[in-house]
Amino acid sequence: MEILRSQKKISAQAAIPTLPVYRSAPSLEVRLEDFELFAIDRLRVLTGISNGLSRGKKPDEMEKLGNDLWKANMRHHDSSRMLDKDIISHFVLRLVYCRNEELRKWFLTHETKLFEYRFRVESVESQKALMAEIGFPYTAVGIGELEDMRENLNQVARSIGRQMLTSDALFFKVPFEEVPELISGRKVYIHKGFAYVAMNQAVNIVTGMFRSNLSKGLVLTNRKWTTTLKEQEKDRLTPIVEALSTSYLGPDYSQPKEYAEISIKDIDKVASSSFPLCMRHLFEKLREDHHLKHGGRMQLGLFLKGVGLNLDDALAFWKAEFSQKVGSERFDKEYAYSIRHNYGKEGKRIDYTPYSCQKIISSTPGAGDQHGCPYRNFSKENLEAALSKMGVSSRLMGDVMDKVKNRHYQLACTLTFEAVHASSCDSGINHPNQYFIDSQKILQAKVTNSTTVKNETT
Amino acid sequence: MTKEEIDNDRDDMMIDEREQQGFPLMQCVQEEFDPEQLKFYYGRLFPYADIYKWMSYGNDRKHPACDLSYFGRREFSFILGNDVYLRYQSFNSAAQMENSIKSKCPFKIDIGAVYSVDPAKRNAYAGENAFTPVEKELVFDIDMSDYDDVRYCCSGANICQKCWPLMTIAIKVIDSALREDFGFTHILWVYSGRRGVHCWVCDARARRLNNAQRAAIADYFHVYKVGNENSRKKVFLGGPALHPSLVRSYQQVLRPFFEEDLLCGQSLLETEEKFEKILEMIPDESITAKLRGEWLGNHHRSSNSKEDINRVRWEKLKSHLQSGKQKWLRRCIEEIIFSYTYPRLDMGVTKLTNHLLKAPFCVHPKTGRVCVPIDPKHCEEFDPMAVPTLSSLKKELDTPDLENGEGKKFESGRTSLDKSLTVFRLFLDPLLKSCKEEMEISYNAKLQQSKSSLTW
Repeated sequence: MEILRSQKKISAQAAIPTLPVYRSAPSLEVRLEDFELFAIDRLRVLTGISNGLSRGKKPDEMEKLGNDLWKANMRHHDSSRMLDKDIISHFVLRLVYCRNEELRKWFLTHETKLFEYRFRVESVESQKALMAEIGFPYTAVGIGELEDMRENLNQVARSIGRQMLTSDALFFKVPFEEVPELISGRKVYIHKGFAYVAMNQAVNIVTGMFRSNLSKGLVLTNRKWTTTLKEQEKDRLTPIVEALSTSYLGPDYSQPKEYAEISIKDIDKVASSSFPLCMRHLFEKLREDHHLKHGGRMQLGLFLKGVGLNLDDALAFWKAEFSQKVGSERFDKEYAYSIRHNYGKEGKRIDYTPYSCQKIISSTPGAGDQHGCPYRNFSKENLEAALSKMGVSSRLMGDVMDKVKNRHYQLACTLTFEAVHASSCDSGINHPNQYFIDSQKILQAKVTNSTTVKNETT
Repeated sequence: MTKEEIDNDRDDMMIDEREQQGFPLMQCVQEEFDPEQLKFYYGRLFPYADIYKWMSYGNDRKHPACDLSYFGRREFSFILGNDVYLRYQSFNSAAQMENSIKSKCPFKIDIGAVYSVDPAKRNAYAGENAFTPVEKELVFDIDMSDYDDVRYCCSGANICQKCWPLMTIAIKVIDSALREDFGFTHILWVYSGRRGVHCWVCDARARRLNNAQRAAIADYFHVYKVGNENSRKKVFLGGPALHPSLVRSYQQVLRPFFEEDLLCGQSLLETEEKFEKILEMIPDESITAKLRGEWLGNHHRSSNSKEDINRVRWEKLKSHLQSGKQKWLRRCIEEIIFSYTYPRLDMGVTKLTNHLLKAPFCVHPKTGRVCVPIDPKHCEEFDPMAVPTLSSLKKELDTPDLENGEGKKFESGRTSLDKSLTVFRLFLDPLLKSCKEEMEISYNAKLQQSKSSLTW
């Protein structure tokens, strides 16, 4: 890629299948808009996969989902540029997600899954080509040996509920150490230290190799990023790259649209009925301590803006609390600016967007901070106490805590939403303001329902 | 939890808790365990040189390819008489190990992993990964107390001639799978001194397995499922057919032992209580009702017959299941036999590289029996009740005609422990030979490499 000046250039590879293995960054010219847009499209695919996985979809459903997402987002109007888009977006996201362990792990997991789904739908011929390209080191079992083993291989196939071997069946002879997941379920025939791995089982090895190559690549990219690129590109690519990792791809909640503004007097009521736990916690802490540190003010302040609190009300709201602690004079001097700043009335005059779940989850609150995602940051006991205060029954509590244990914080929040509202939330919670709006929708529908019922009965 | 507590927790995990707790209500105390006799055993009989040779894996010679630090990075741990637990002991030579064991006189010696650095000096190395286990034998631990639902002769820590065949089965099944399936050759089986057996797989390839690979092998052998009260199935055999490895175990070991030994030995179908447990595993009500009716009714008649009642009933049960039209009913026969015979592993011991396991030739403090090696080729002949004990060994040495011989050196050759040492060397000699060969090969390869890089 021309933009990444220091990346190695390689000669165009001949006859690449439609699925690249991303060995090294290609020498392509990329327009700056494409740089970002392609990356966002790929990110939609990866986030979609992530959502699907955390919902516990089965492997075959995931394979379909992955390929559907790919078709929906990664097409290019110029079909000859589809492969370019694929490769460019991959390498841009490498830059975006190389920068810390958590980002790397997320990217590694989902990019590997994506590769697996795409690999599985390739033809056997192109699968073979890909395996060669990725450096799959095991050779196929010869026909003679296969004949000797046939009875045992068939027996294994039947034992795991697979079809009998076809005449052109392809098996690889792999040291058993390389395929622990196939050994543990007795899913392969093993003889004298070698596992006889069928083509469809070899996918695990191939994706494992893809993953480890990518993992090494990410570490190298990170080194390059921190030593040279970040500084070199500080006016051009760096801002794009840094924004992309926390970018949120759902609807825009910066302007309250569907619901009228809320006023200060209603705020306590809606806080207890419709705020997600992260905001509720900040809100209660503010009422209790009459103070919040910067991270908390940003998280709650922008959320309230999205909810529909106008600037004047926001100033009055924050002042009412803060002045009890720091005095109204100090509030005007030190804190009012940043509130007006959030509303785009100071400084760069950008109308800031409320934080998405992804951004809140990835924040790292320090001592005295109250912001961040409670599902992630609270202790088990504190979280359970907070949830039961919100009205989550002990029956549903276990489900929520289960999701927390498996680090599916957004799903935990979604389950909480469903428990509190006694109503399903199919889209899942991706944004605190979405939580608020969905909650209001349900509550208002209930109000209208009960009034119509009343009207009918009278 | 503080970091220290977590570390402690982790340490605890490595210890086999059941071995630790002791059994105050032991019913089969064969003899009093006398610490003085243990001192005598360590002083005159414990085979230090053999253990050292084994644990060195050929790294104790003057060959340039030897890793002289190898033995010194092995963790040993001692449990002393007063229940003091000493972990991370390490020794630089056979003499040092001998002196330490003689002076501390441990009731139990455990062998752990070979670490990246000398475990005794582990605190001197900073950094997370400076002190990590790098090698250990692949080990298995099988305890008779896990078989309490399928043996009626004893329970808990007790064993007898009637239930010991279960251990013989375990040795045969695991030993053949390790050799045939995984291709291992250097396998040591040891009587654990009371109610079970231990297995040490010592091939270089086995010693270098990581935790995931060890767990995979443990799962490969995992058929018996504990703790599901709601399911009548005790074993999970997989899909519509058996895996070839299970087929081999079934045909060569499980079925013959079940039908020729355990069925009558444990009288598995004799009383209502016992046959009900087997009938429970048959999901077809019409068959179980028929069998139950016959067995409850003609109890007296069949007792006249010369044939053993268990065998008669088993044949009846089999013919009913085999004549059934549904194929899956035939599977029941396999399931019953697997439930009553297939080895039940202590999975945790196998899964972790740094898990400790009791050393061979220890003396079990509850029974006084020496943990002697078992020859897997002749494991049917092994009798746990006849192994040398501290007092039998003492007696052998004290017998006048044996004491006529002079010189300490020959003493161990004059006790019944001698036979056990022969078994141990059957394992050790080929192991050391192949260690030597492997070392030679890798050394020559290195030489070749450096030569070719020189010519360059």
